[in-house]
Amino acid sequence: MGGAEQISSGPQTGGEMTHPAILETKQALGETTLIADPAQIVDLCRYLKHEEKFIRLSAITAVDWYPSEPRFEVVYHLHSIEKNARLRLKCRLSGGAPGTTPEIDSATAVWSGADWYEREIFDMFGIGFRNHPNLVRILMPTDWDGFPLRKDYPVHGYKYGYSNE
Amino acid sequence: MKKLFEEHVETISATQEIPASPSAPRRMTLNMGPQHPSTHGVLRIVLELEGETIISAEPDIGFLHTGIEKECEQKTWQQVVTLTDRVDYLANLSNNLVYALTVEKLLQLEIPPKAQWLRVMMTELSRLNSHLVWLGTHALDIGAMSMFFYCFREREDILRILEMFSGQRMMTSYIRIGGVALEPPRGWQQAVGKFIRGFPSKVDEYEDLLDSNPIWTRRTKGVGFISLEDMLDQGVTGPMIRAAGVPMDLRKTEPYSSYEKFDFKVATRTENDVYARYRVRLEEMRQSARIVTQALEGMPEGLWQADAPHVVLPEREKMKTQMEALIYHFKIVTEGFRVPAGEVYQCIESPRGEIGYYIVSDGTSKPYRVHMRTPSFGNLQALPTLLKGILIADSIAALGSMDFVLGDTDR
Repeated sequence: MGGAEQISSGPQTGGEMTHPAILETKQALGETTLIADPAQIVDLCRYLKHEEKFIRLSAITAVDWYPSEPRFEVVYHLHSIEKNARLRLKCRLSGGAPGTTPEIDSATAVWSGADWYEREIFDMFGIGFRNHPNLVRILMPTDWDGFPLRKDYPVHGYKYGYSNE
Repeated sequence: MKKLFEEHVETISATQEIPASPSAPRRMTLNMGPQHPSTHGVLRIVLELEGETIISAEPDIGFLHTGIEKECEQKTWQQVVTLTDRVDYLANLSNNLVYALTVEKLLQLEIPPKAQWLRVMMTELSRLNSHLVWLGTHALDIGAMSMFFYCFREREDILRILEMFSGQRMMTSYIRIGGVALEPPRGWQQAVGKFIRGFPSKVDEYEDLLDSNPIWTRRTKGVGFISLEDMLDQGVTGPMIRAAGVPMDLRKTEPYSSYEKFDFKVATRTENDVYARYRVRLEEMRQSARIVTQALEGMPEGLWQADAPHVVLPEREKMKTQMEALIYHFKIVTEGFRVPAGEVYQCIESPRGEIGYYIVSDGTSKPYRVHMRTPSFGNLQALPTLLKGILIADSIAALGSMDFVLGDTDR
């Protein structure tokens, strides 16, 4: 995505991060958020881990902005013990209509701890992770229909709604 | 359910290979759980064994999934507090605290010192509660039955204190957005003081009981090693990582709720085995007792709730005498309060490690998204690495040393 941009990362990270995948940097409530290009996410994660010393992946999660587009946000929370800093990384993904799966590359090659978090997102939001070693449901039963944390999924589920009784 | 069972039977029969010759080692797949006394909850592990050695272990979680994150999106901001109790039911005050801190960060609320001190004191008491349950059950798994009774004796005292403060023994919901739920009850100083003065000697008692027991030391020393690189890579936090020599304690590195004003040490060990994890937690109990003592002695005067009438419920007395209080009460109870749009990740040190809530608000009276980064979920991910290559009898000790809560894992 374009050329390298000089981006100030603010007090939390205490340095300047330069990577072609960083589209935008935001500062809010003392927290730094990077918006990244989903196509280069693994490359960016490698850079942040090795060059910027974010050796810990705290968690990965997703947010469903239904019905706006791009619909999904995949959110990575990184932690650097060395710098005592935290960083939020976000990728916007569109899609999610019935029969289609939004996809992003898996970060398991960078942090093996991404494994379960990505499985959880797959389970709850139906976002696919390319090159994931074992992308199956983790919390819901394997034969479950639908993705519970999507905003168009009713809170009582499809099967056991009171209205069906 | 039937279909799942049949699938499971098929996988088991498919993996049980008949050895080519009688001398070749025979592999066996063993299903441990979901109802197993030493998994402390509903965890299923599929173990691949060669003789008594574990070749691979595959945890199967989700049996306690209750959809708390989905439910949070249906509740108003203050109703969610009661849901957070149910996530990690042994350290519910840590969950209350991290939720309250996250929402307060979004609201940019100032919390009075007394409320902060009370929060610190109560979370440390709940840390003691959690570590006591861990120590009792962990020792019970390894075979030291009497430890369980000693630990639960002290835990009972803590639960009585929690009941005195909040009216509830376990699901206290004591820490609310804007402060704590109730004014401390009459005589709380005596109750907490009596307990905390006696507690350090009780920790010495546990240490004497276990460390002078050769069976305990042989079953824990040198057992359950996992390399620091693996732990950092897989997202392990808390006492596990401190037992490997990393002084990562969020109370020190990213202080919240006035922890920077308390004097305590971060317990670390370097052996990185079951015994080291036990020593770290034992030391943490002593340090928590110090923090509670400091909170008790230095408790500031003032209000236990923030001066924010649009967020904090008014006192009953004011409701009956002041029009504004009645209006605020009606509004908070019926439609809740609005939280400015934004997103926040706040993490604190729970007894099990880093617990972080990522909350997205869209400016309405309900959270748009609540993600709970729970320590048990992150720690349990390292289970296959931890169990690989050790004896099946040691797996119980190694599992116990992780101290996971399945409600915390599955949410």
